[in-house]
Formats: sequence, structure tokens, C-alpha cells
Amino acid sequence: MSEPIKVPTLAELQAQGESPEIVFWVGCAGSFDERYKKVTATLCKILHKVGIKFAVLGTEENCTGDPARRAGNEFLFQMQAISNIETLNMYGVKKIVTACPHCFNTLKNEYPDLGGNYEVIHHTQLLQELIDSGKLRIKEGGPFKGKRLTYHDSCYLGRANDVYEAPRQVIESLDADLVEMKRSRRFGLCCGAGGAQMFKEPEEGKKDINIERIEEALETQPEAVVANCPFCLVMLTDGVKNKEKEDSIKVYDLAELVWMSQE
Amino acid sequence: MSYLPQILFVLCLSIAGFFIYKRVNFIRKAILLGKKKSVNDRKSERLRHMLLLAFGQKKMFDKPLVGVMHFIIYAGFLIINIEVLEIVLDGITGAHRLFAPYLGEAYSWLINLFELFAVGVIVTCVIFLIRRNVLKLPRFWSAEMKKWPRLDANLILIFEITLMWFFLSMNAADSILQSRGVEHYVQVGSFWFSQWLQPLFANMQTSSLVFYERFAWWFHILGILGFAIYITYSKHLHIALAFPNTYFASLEPKGKIPNMDEVTKEVKIALGLAQADDSPAPERFGAKDVTDLNWIQLMNAFSCTECGRCTANCPANITGKKLSPRKIMMDTRDRAEEFVRQLEQGKAIEEIKSEKSLYGDYITKEEIMACTTCNACVEACPVSINPLSIILDIRRYVAMEAGDTPNEWNVVFNNLETSMSPWKFPPTDRFNWVELVNKD
Ligand code: SF4
Ligand code: SF4
Repeated sequence: MSEPIKVPTLAELQAQGESPEIVFWVGCAGSFDERYKKVTATLCKILHKVGIKFAVLGTEENCTGDPARRAGNEFLFQMQAISNIETLNMYGVKKIVTACPHCFNTLKNEYPDLGGNYEVIHHTQLLQELIDSGKLRIKEGGPFKGKRLTYHDSCYLGRANDVYEAPRQVIESLDADLVEMKRSRRFGLCCGAGGAQMFKEPEEGKKDINIERIEEALETQPEAVVANCPFCLVMLTDGVKNKEKEDSIKVYDLAELVWMSQE
Repeated sequence: MSYLPQILFVLCLSIAGFFIYKRVNFIRKAILLGKKKSVNDRKSERLRHMLLLAFGQKKMFDKPLVGVMHFIIYAGFLIINIEVLEIVLDGITGAHRLFAPYLGEAYSWLINLFELFAVGVIVTCVIFLIRRNVLKLPRFWSAEMKKWPRLDANLILIFEITLMWFFLSMNAADSILQSRGVEHYVQVGSFWFSQWLQPLFANMQTSSLVFYERFAWWFHILGILGFAIYITYSKHLHIALAFPNTYFASLEPKGKIPNMDEVTKEVKIALGLAQADDSPAPERFGAKDVTDLNWIQLMNAFSCTECGRCTANCPANITGKKLSPRKIMMDTRDRAEEFVRQLEQGKAIEEIKSEKSLYGDYITKEEIMACTTCNACVEACPVSINPLSIILDIRRYVAMEAGDTPNEWNVVFNNLETSMSPWKFPPTDRFNWVELVNKD
């Protein structure tokens, strides 16, 4: 095995008098959710592989405050936001990549009003850039060649920020057969987790939202469902389990597909 | 010649004008119940957005067929207004087809064009009636589409058909009268579409024909005046408000929730980043009633066409939850109207607020809590209404004033305060994921 990958923190780099090209904002789900921790690790491997000098905040990172703001608790949101901005500004951070569309949206759109101005990109955008520029090479005839994949637009990457094409281009570059669900892009259906719904039981209704969405995904007869958000990943995976399809249909984050397909 | 018809006409015009003025004033008051918010930025971008969405009806073409049909009604409406100008001038001056001598050949062409649109409008209105009442499109039959909203939609379609019918049959009768050389009827020939209606009137005596022509003329113009009053009470107000509404819509990424600057101040003081000063604390955080919303949110409510595209795309509504973004807008409008009516009855603002409120009496907690903030409603709305912004402002009231958030959220708030994460993990464990990086 090759040399172990070192994931430096901003504090460590600063102690050595260095600064990273890009800061990887991991997010709470990326730090604590068992499933998404794997995506976090995968993205680190990709960053390491292409030789981008990156760093993380480690234990200095706090929740961006997204769920608090969307649940109506503006005080708590701003508490989190302002202390994060203090930290980021102290390290002189310029560019951030994150694998969570909620963190992406909050850092990019909401932190500037509180004094946090950074160039923020979502990991699907970074992946597209890396593949397009040839820094990350995809194997000919990789594991997803010709496979039917369906892509779920997360609300916070899609409608909230109008990023629809970058992740799709990545899927196409894997030679996969991208099959769209009936509701996609601007009309993509939410997985049901946004707006702090992830953390509470849904209101009474006929059905859970993730079930509605997974039924639509299954109509495309996919071999795998592709997500770009930790919460969508949980919701869709639960949906697939609910339909007892977990053996035949996997739910992946886009970064995982890329990692499995790279040269 | 008697001036009676002219006097009568001007009287009708003035009465209609008076009612419209009163009603417009009422709506203005209702919108201005909202908090001030100045929008002076990005003027050319706003103008472009307005031209595309209101004038060009861009989002209506998300469903191309419906888009085309709606466009026909809209273009018909705009173009026929030119004809109304002539009718009004005829009515005031007592002339007949005042523009004909000045336009010569072109006049017939113009009327032909109007007739083409009139026929187009009739056909589309009939299709729309069928779509609503026979095919029963679900979004026209959901819970908040009670009697009046449903009747409103149908009335306007029937109204337009009737108006167009009288316009066409008036022209048919007119053409016959011209051919009989009746005095007053200017020779302009017959027209493309109304000529096919002429057989209906061919056997009528001249006097009854004149009567019918006049009747149709009066009905047409009174109908239009009535229509103008009616739309101010109806969802059809969007034909006017769509313009300012799209102009003032947010140009920010949809995911951005506006910052509450009044909170920033307090948070900075709490974190020791700013000094306390003695400027007054805001009256209320978030929105409980229409007076806590801003005027753009209230204008949104009056611009709503009740089309239900928002609700048809709402994940909560699709899966059977009570939340319907359209209902949020309709409730906001109803409450704002009620508020102004009570003000006009002489009630004090405080009294009105203490008796009822938007949140609680119109909109329930169950609805507000079901929203995933997915922005599907905002994206779908053809006139740039933002139901989500009202939902979020009410959530802020629930969380920060009423302290009535669901228990599971209170747990999240607690975790965020103590562990800086929505889950209860020790902050020191946050970097433990790093162990996975070198594990395959
Ligand atoms: S933002 Fe809320 S109200 Fe609007 S469509 Fe999504 S869930 Fe429904
Ligand atoms: S808010 Fe917009 S989409 Fe919803 S009913 Fe009103 S006009 Fe239609």
C-alpha cells in the first residue's frame, strides 16, 4: 500500500506557516453520520490523489446553523454562523469546498451578510472541474459503463442555487446511462429532509416524502440512485429499504462513483 | 340628435371609475399594512425579469400548450383594449367607428385582427372551462379551492366568452346595417369572422337590427367596465399586479434566507463582538399577523392567480400534508382584506390584532411545520410569488416569540448550543472520521 494519506487541519498548517489551496468544509453529517463519513473520506482520497493542497477545520468546525435558521431560530443560527466566520476569517480562508448542499448554500449565500466572504463550491462542481481539466482521469469501461443511473437533484444544490448540470456531466463522463426521473432539475422533488425536517417526524399525511420520491426513482428502473447530499442519501436509502430493494439498487454519493471509476 | 346616450355613457364611465378607484385604494391600504422595505437595486435586471415573466409569461410556457392558450387570452385582452378605446370615444362623442375614416383600409384589417383574437379567446376559454369542470384537474379542486375561488375562475371565463360573443355579433349586425345603407353606420364592409354570423340576423327588420347592434354595443362596453371592477375583487388582479410583483421579486439565489439584522446586533453583543447601545429592540421577531410581514409579501398575496402550480409541486402537499403554499397566499390576502375592512369600520390596530391573527386563525402550526423549504413553490410560480418567505417568517415567530417549536427541534436547538451539532455527539469526536481515510 502506498503512503498513508495525511489530512491536515488549518491549525496544523498555520503552525507550519502554510496555508491550503482550499478548505474542505465537512459538515455535521459528514463528520458524524456513519454513511456520510465514508463520503467524506472518499473526497479526501480524491483531493489527495489529484494533489490539491487542502485542509479541514477538524474539531474547530461547528454546524453552519442551517437547520436552526430554517426551523426559525435565527439567534441560534447567527450564534453558529458568527463563530464559524470568526474562525474562518482568523485563518484567512479564501476558498471552500463542501460535500453538503446545505452547508454550501449557507456558506455561500448567507455568511456574506454576517461578514464571511468566501468562494464556495460544492464537491460535484469540483469533481466536474477536475474531470474536465484532465486532472482526474476516468477509466475506460469503468464499473458504471452502460449502467442505468438516475440522479436526484437536492433542493439546496438545484433550485436553491441553480446547479443542475455539473453533476450530470460527471455522470455522463463515467459512460453511464443517465435516466431522468419524471420530476427533475427545476422540478425535482425534495427527498423530504430539508428545512430541518430531517430532525423531526413528518406531519400527518398519506405518505412519507422519501417514499414518493423513491417510487419515482424506481420507475426509471435504475441500477443505482445518485445523490449529492448527506440528507438525501439517508432519505433515499431508507426509501429503497422500505421497498425491499436494497440488494439490487444502491444509493451513492457522486464522489463515490467517481472514486470507483478513476484510473 | 339626442345627447341622452352620451350622457348616460359618461355617467356609466364615471361610476365605474369611482368604484375602481375606491377598490384600488383599499388594496393599496392592505398592501401598505406591511412593513417598509426599500428595493432600489439592480434596476435593469429587475426590468428584464419583469418583461420576461409578466409581459412574456415565460414560466407559463413550462407547460407549452397551456402557455400558448393563456397567451392567446392575454394577447386578445391587450389588443381588444385598443378597440375599447374606440368604443369609449364613440360613446363620449356619439360617433360611430370614429377611427374608420382616419385609418382607411387599415381599419378593416385591424377589426379583422380583433375578431381573430375574439375567436381565439372564445375557443381557449371553452377549453379552459372543460379543463376545470369536466377534466377536473386536481389542482383546481384541492381543499382551499372552495366555492368562491372556483366560481371566480369559471365566472371570468364565461364572462370573456360573453363579451367576445357580443363583440362579434355586434359587428355582424353592423355589417348588415351598412349594406342596407342605414344612416350612422359607416361603410367599412364585413369582417372575416363576424360575416359567418350574418345569416343569424339577415331576416331581422332594420329597426330590430339597430336595436340589437346597440344592445350588443352597450353590453360590450358595460361588460368591460363591470369586468374592470370585478377583477379588483378577484384573482384576476394578477393581470395588473403581475408587473410590479415580478419587478420587486428577489433576485438572490432562492436558497438564501434574508438575514435578520436586528438579531445580528444582539448576537454580536452576546458574543462580546459589539457594544450594547440603547436603540430599541424590535417589536416582534418573525410574523404572527399581516402587519409583521413586509409590503412585498402582501403584494404577493394580491397577485396570486390561485393557479395552484405551487401546491401541485409541493412535496408536503403531494404526500397529503395539510400545507398548501397557495392556501398560504390566499389566507394572507384574506386576512389583509379583513384587517383593512376593520380599520375602515374604525377599529384600532391593536384591537384588530388582539382579536385574530394570520397565524393561528388562518394558518395553523401543522401547515407551517410541514414545509421542507424546498423552493418548489417559488420555482413554479408564474408570477414570482414566494410563499416560502411567509412560512419562514411565521416559523421565526413560532420559534423566537411563541417558543412553540416541536420537541424534536428543541432537542436539536439544545444540541447545537451545547455540542455545535444537531446531534448529541461530543464536539471532540468531530474529527474521528479521519480514521476512515486510510481504511479501505
Ligand atoms: S418550500 Fe415548503 S411550501 Fe414550498 S413547495 Fe417546498 S415544502 Fe411546499
Ligand atoms: S402562489 Fe403563484 S403558483 Fe401558487 S397559486 Fe398563486 S400564482 Fe399560482
